[in-house]
Amino acid sequence: MSQTAYHPRWHRKPMSVWWWLEKPAYARFVLREISSVFVALFAGLTLLHVQALREGPDGHARFVEWLRRPGVLALDAVILAFVLLHAFTWFHLAARAVALRFMGRRVPDGAIVAGNYAAFLVASAVVAFFLTRG
Amino acid sequence: MQRLTPFLWLLFSAGGTVAAFLYPVHVALLGLAIPLGLLSPAGFDAERALLGHPIARLYLFAFVSLPLFHWAHRFRYTLYDGLQVKHLTPLIVVLCYGSALAGTVACAWMLWSFPR
Amino acid sequence: MPESVTLVVTRYRPEQEGEPTTQSYEVPFRKEWVVLDALNHVKDRLDGSLSYRWSCRMGVCGSCGMMVNGEPKLTCGAFLSEFLPGPIRVEPLRSFPVIRDLVVDIGDFLKKLRSVRPWLVREREKPLEEGEFRQTPEQLDAFKPFSMCINCLLCYSACPIYGLEPSFVGPAAIALAQRYNMDSRDQGAAVRHDVLSGKGGIWECTFVGECSEVCPKHVDPARAIQQYKLTGVLRSLLSLGGGR
Repeated sequence: MSQTAYHPRWHRKPMSVWWWLEKPAYARFVLREISSVFVALFAGLTLLHVQALREGPDGHARFVEWLRRPGVLALDAVILAFVLLHAFTWFHLAARAVALRFMGRRVPDGAIVAGNYAAFLVASAVVAFFLTRG
Repeated sequence: MQRLTPFLWLLFSAGGTVAAFLYPVHVALLGLAIPLGLLSPAGFDAERALLGHPIARLYLFAFVSLPLFHWAHRFRYTLYDGLQVKHLTPLIVVLCYGSALAGTVACAWMLWSFPR
Repeated sequence: MPESVTLVVTRYRPEQEGEPTTQSYEVPFRKEWVVLDALNHVKDRLDGSLSYRWSCRMGVCGSCGMMVNGEPKLTCGAFLSEFLPGPIRVEPLRSFPVIRDLVVDIGDFLKKLRSVRPWLVREREKPLEEGEFRQTPEQLDAFKPFSMCINCLLCYSACPIYGLEPSFVGPAAIALAQRYNMDSRDQGAAVRHDVLSGKGGIWECTFVGECSEVCPKHVDPARAIQQYKLTGVLRSLLSLGGGR
C-alpha cells in the first residue's frame, strides 16, 4: 500500500487476508506456492527411506510395506500432483528469469520451456533406470 | 537479514530446480508405481550398493537439502503474503530455515555414516 | 445488442461521507463505446459531480486506469461489449488511497520511481566532439519492451505484494530501472543496486506474475524483476569480495 504523506480524508482500504480468493490467478498462485510444502514432505520421506536402508533388510522391508498402506499411497498421489504442478510452473517461470542469447539473437521463451521439458524427460529416464533396475 | 536475502534466494532457486527436474520421477516410482506393483524396484541389495558410491550420496544430499531450503524460503513468503504475519519475522525465519538446516544436517549425518 | 447498460460506480465525497458508496447509472449501449465513453456520458448528461482522470483516450497517456469488474483496466480500452450484460462495476485503482470518487493519489509511486533513477546515469558525460551514441538493434532489443511503460499503474493494482508491503517499489519502477540498466549507454547499475536489492526492492516479489498479465503495453515487468534477481545476486556476490 502507499506510503504517501498521510491525508486524513483520503480513503485507504486495508487488504483482506482473503485477497487470494478474489481472482482465479491469485488462487492459482497460492496453490503453486503451497506445492513447496509437499516438496518438503517428500524430502522428509526420502530421509525415512535412507534411514530404512541403514537399518538393514528388515528395516527396509518394513518401510516398503509402509509405503503400500492406502493412506501413504494417497499422500504420495497428492505429493505427485503438487510436485508436477511445481515442475511445470517452474519450467515456464524459469524461462522469464533468464535472458539467453544465441548467435546474436535472443532465445525465445518457448525454446527455453521446451528445453526444460526435454531435460526433464531425460533426467526422469536416467533416474528411473537407477531406481528400477540399478 | 536483508543482506542474506540474495543468497537465500539462490538456495531457493537451486532447490526449486532440483525439485522440478528430479522429484516427479522419484515420487511417481518410489511413492506409487513400485508400491502398487506396476514396476519392480531395484531391491534392498542394489539400493544399498548404490548408496555406497560417493556420487550417489552427493546426489541424495543435494536431492534432500536444496529442496528443503526451497520450501523454507517459499513458505516464509507464503506466511507473509497469506497470513500477513510479517511482524513475526524472527520466529518465522528460525522455524523455516532452522527446519531446513535440521533436515540438511540429519541427511549429511545419515549419508556420511552410511554403512559401506 | 441491448439498448443500455448499467454502470455501478464507486463514489467517495470526503466532505459528506466517511466511507465510499456506490451509485448506479444507466448509460446507452453502443458497440464501439468503451467504459471511458460511458463515464463521459455520465459526467456530461447524468451527473456532473463524478470525478475521474482521463486524457488521450487512446491508451498512451496512462491516466484512465480504474478497476472494471475487479480487474485493473485502462477505461479507454475496455469496451462495454466485453462486459455485457452488465452491471459493470467501476472502482478506483486498487491499493492507492482514494482522494475522491475514482481519483487516486499516486504520490507513492512517483516517489519510488524517482528512487530508482529512471534516467541515463553516466560516470562521465560524453562530450559532443566524441560523437553520438550508437546502438545495434540487438542492444535496443535488450531494453525496448521495458521502455514502453506509460506509468498507468495497472500493474501496481494487480500486484498483491504492493498491497501488502508498504515499502515495495513495485513492478513499473523496477521495469524502468531495468530499462536503464540494460541500456548500453547507461553506467548507473551500481547506483540503482541498493534500491533494487534493499528493503522494498526485488526480493519482496514472489513472481505472482499478474503485473505482466494486466499491462496494456506488454512491458512484462515480471520478466524485468526476475532477470534482475539473477544479476542482483551476482552483483551482491561480487560486492562481498570488495568489488563494486
